[in-house]
Amino acid sequence: MNASPGVWLLAWRRFERDRLGLACLLVVLIYGAVMAAAAAGWIVRDWSEEVAVTYAPPTFLGPEAPLGAPAAAAEAAPQGALEDYGIPDPLADDLAEIARELAGASATETRAATLALGADKWGRDVLKKAVKGTETSLFVGLVAAALAAFLGTLFGALAGYRGGWIDDLFNWLYSVFTSIPYLLLVLAVAAVVNQKGILTVILILGLTGWTGIFRLIRAEYMKHKAREYVLAADAIGASEGRRMFVHILPNVSHVVLVQLSLHVVLFIKSEVILSFLGFGVGVDTVSWGSMLAEAQSELILGKWWQIAAATFAMAVLVTAFSLLTDALRDALDPRLK
Amino acid sequence: MLAYVVRRLWQFVPTLLGVVLLVFFLFNFVGGDPAYLLAGKISNPAQIENIRRQLGVDQPYAVQLWIFIKQIASGDFGASWSTNERVSEIFATRLGPSLTVLVPLLAISTLLAMAAAMLVAYLRGSLTDRAIMIGCTVGQSISILVYILVFQYVLAYQLGWFPVQGWGVSFAENLLRYSLLAIIVGVAVSLAPDIRLYRSFFLDEINQDYVRTARAKGLSEHRVMWVHVLRNAAIPIVTNILLQLPGLLAGAFLIERFFGIPGIGREVILAVERSDFPIIKAVTIYVAVATMIVNLAADLLYKAIDPRVQLK
Repeated sequence: MNASPGVWLLAWRRFERDRLGLACLLVVLIYGAVMAAAAAGWIVRDWSEEVAVTYAPPTFLGPEAPLGAPAAAAEAAPQGALEDYGIPDPLADDLAEIARELAGASATETRAATLALGADKWGRDVLKKAVKGTETSLFVGLVAAALAAFLGTLFGALAGYRGGWIDDLFNWLYSVFTSIPYLLLVLAVAAVVNQKGILTVILILGLTGWTGIFRLIRAEYMKHKAREYVLAADAIGASEGRRMFVHILPNVSHVVLVQLSLHVVLFIKSEVILSFLGFGVGVDTVSWGSMLAEAQSELILGKWWQIAAATFAMAVLVTAFSLLTDALRDALDPRLK
Repeated sequence: MLAYVVRRLWQFVPTLLGVVLLVFFLFNFVGGDPAYLLAGKISNPAQIENIRRQLGVDQPYAVQLWIFIKQIASGDFGASWSTNERVSEIFATRLGPSLTVLVPLLAISTLLAMAAAMLVAYLRGSLTDRAIMIGCTVGQSISILVYILVFQYVLAYQLGWFPVQGWGVSFAENLLRYSLLAIIVGVAVSLAPDIRLYRSFFLDEINQDYVRTARAKGLSEHRVMWVHVLRNAAIPIVTNILLQLPGLLAGAFLIERFFGIPGIGREVILAVERSDFPIIKAVTIYVAVATMIVNLAADLLYKAIDPRVQLK
């Protein structure tokens, strides 16, 4: 901040005037606070507790009719067919008992009939799962983007500033990584790693996703290395590392920031797909992707609340983050100065 | 021109070698011993040793790498580990269904996105422009999985307008019956990012001097947009479509899987789920080669359309 207060202050003044950008920043900060609170264990620690009946609907829909009598009404056709043959169902009592047990109405515990946003197959609170999923998905997105930005900036700085064989080496790596389409690369890595977990997902996304940032930062460093302030730093005896990361880096950090923001969005979306396919987070935790994977079979039964909750939570965050990125770019773009 | 093409082709060699090394590294070092994956839970050392010999993983790494390079050069990646079908056979038979879905998908989404992008670029800064752009951002924020699940549930399962999934034998039946919903979902997913991208292409052209000149000559706004701007903006759009192609072939796997389309993408996702390494290796190499060729083709096309472009 101290290195160039003018740039950042000017950028903030421009950003301040962007009401949509500010609103998006607020939304992102709220999500960040939710993530931090969930990670610290202040909220939704009990997300995996089975508190409601199976597929308890959201409160605004009202409880589902009890399974006994209405189930018979709903299945009037097959029962009618049975009566035609004049055969009483010998298993009727047992079935009713099983239905009661499935609904969670055992003598020892009472389960809620409805929850604010409904419940999943095991009676877990969808709202709490969505909050817990926010923690997972946003954490993965942020850390993976930070890793990708770190690698991209480091490689880009080295390649752009040093040139020569280092530049050739990183350019070669870049062309290798970019000649495989991103999702295919991620899937291939996921297939060979064959290990679930938040850390694995972060590593997969971060280690494969540095290329875009690398290309931009390399171009910036090539542009900056011949500028007078860098030559002056050289003249007063600043070491090469100091010139690269103390003198030039603050002047290209706006590019890193915008790219970081872009990659958070990209990685959140990728994590959702990976987790959905079963290559993402483990079964002991929940992400929006694993919620969507569960919702796949629920939707056919007409239980739409879990997919709706996961989609809504994700859409709000990703929309806010994307618009925030646009606002950041507008505020930080030196061409507008 | 010829010298340029030759030089570019020559540059393929180190990149391709890098891709081969990366794939080899991933599957032979990171992936662990495939014999254990194949042998299953109950197996004795002799069986494992047998499988290792069959796969060639008991050889030194240098020999394995040489075998891999020979496989690539001959286009023969052996047989799938799970179905024992030849990998080349799999690709030959899966390409048709993939193209049946992808070609109409790409054509429809490009035309729609171009029309919408031209409209919003023309109305730039207006309320309509902002509303459509924010709509696109929201549309992009919803996972492709949700589009697939919801469209399939509502349009196919509940309303019954389309078959939920399936694939027939005749081309017409596949295109007009089984591909339709997949195409609709694909268009819905790609519309938002495409409109945003194409809008920026159109805006770049609208701010050019030749547009001002055309207006100053008294040409109608209609002619300026449809003739001058459209033709120039078409260059980056065509290039962009070309560059998307290889990724799309493998990247449409979610759509192919959910709608039961027996294409290459579905084969990729099945292979990933079954740890079927020969297929994943082959797809990665093929797609990387296709990407490099398409990149070159895009540059040449650029040159052909726009004579000002200098090929370096």
